[in-house]
Amino acid sequence: MPKCNICKEHIPDAHGDPMKKEDIISILEAVMDPEIPVLSIADLGILRDVEILGNEIIVKITPTYSGCPAMDAIEQDIRKTLLQNGYEKVNVSLVLSPAWTSDWLSAAGKEKLEAFGIAAPSLAQACAIGETGNDSPDHCPHCHSKNIQMISRFGSTSCKALYRCLDCLEPFDYFKCH
Amino acid sequence: MPPLPTYILHLADNALILGHRNSEWTGHGPVLEQDIALSNIALDLIGQSRNLYQLAAERMNNLSPEKQALTEDDLAYLRDSTEFKNLVLLEQTNGDWAKTILREFYFSHFQLLQYRGLLGSRDPGLAAISEKSIKEIRYHVKWSSEWVCRLGDGTPESHSRMLNAMETLNPWLPELFVAADYEQAAIANGTAIDPSGLFKDWLNQVNQVLANATLPIYAAEKKGAFSLSGKNGFHSEHLGYILAEMQYLQRAYPGCTW
Repeated sequence: MPKCNICKEHIPDAHGDPMKKEDIISILEAVMDPEIPVLSIADLGILRDVEILGNEIIVKITPTYSGCPAMDAIEQDIRKTLLQNGYEKVNVSLVLSPAWTSDWLSAAGKEKLEAFGIAAPSLAQACAIGETGNDSPDHCPHCHSKNIQMISRFGSTSCKALYRCLDCLEPFDYFKCH
Repeated sequence: MPPLPTYILHLADNALILGHRNSEWTGHGPVLEQDIALSNIALDLIGQSRNLYQLAAERMNNLSPEKQALTEDDLAYLRDSTEFKNLVLLEQTNGDWAKTILREFYFSHFQLLQYRGLLGSRDPGLAAISEKSIKEIRYHVKWSSEWVCRLGDGTPESHSRMLNAMETLNPWLPELFVAADYEQAAIANGTAIDPSGLFKDWLNQVNQVLANATLPIYAAEKKGAFSLSGKNGFHSEHLGYILAEMQYLQRAYPGCTW
């Protein structure tokens, strides 16, 4: 549905051809996180909702961390992807509540992370960390050994910590429970 | 200005100024991993300040719809030091690693309690930012507390540096727990929380770590030792230098973007 068949304009709902939320969501599933390019914004739970108001699309996204520098790039990618598919009037809005949690990472997303060499969050529910407890990866994503050690609580991006495997000796990122 | 936007600005300035101070370590940390850790904490804080400046701008614009709309950038880049409302503690120079760690430790414990209280704020925007920030601050608390133990219970050198840091920073702590006038007004209408009510929990948590770190526990300072009040715009000379660096570009080339 890039253009209207009758007037050839990019007004998707102009002639009884209404925009469908599920179409838009399936297009947005192709928008990847710029820092972890194997995960889509849907896999990560960054994409919260899509609303259609007349001929305008409102895409609601939430940041993983307050200072996530990828948000501006993600917003531009959303606009670009929708524009390429013929949707011109797009409003990307940032929502903070409910706050993002690693629980929203999809099962497919967790598998893709591991295949990419990043250990997935080890707890099904991030709130299980409690106040003072620590979360740590279950196993090394390279050799699956459970003999691992933390190098730093903070890794290459806010959402990751740095670990090393004591068997294969490779360092690896851990996507923290949050 | 009415109390609520002023209070939100106070919270935003706290996060921005400490975020800026921590970011000064980027590229200068003692080891790469800790350089990255402190840079990540700086990023969290600057992200929180952005959310707060956006909220303050929105609240201020709603109050004066006839004026030209303010943005987060106006608030961060175009106010002078007397208009900044951050705690004096947070603008102090970084000093050595011990001083930087101790400041992060004192403030993150405080900020966690403060934002927990703000979850019940009658301002939904403030409650949402608190909910988001708490998850990040919990990590800052954990990281800085571990460092306080490592340095306090480390070598004679690291221990003495922590003692120096305590001597330098402790006089700035009472300000954390005294509400400014605008804060009082915001507490009264249910949008802010009373910082004096946080002192007991803060003291317990901080002293527990200090004791584990074989450092002297904190006892409340005598009032009046330092009379500056950053919350009311009375700052040490250090803030001016931070703003000169942070605001230079927008002051020299107004409206510049890239």
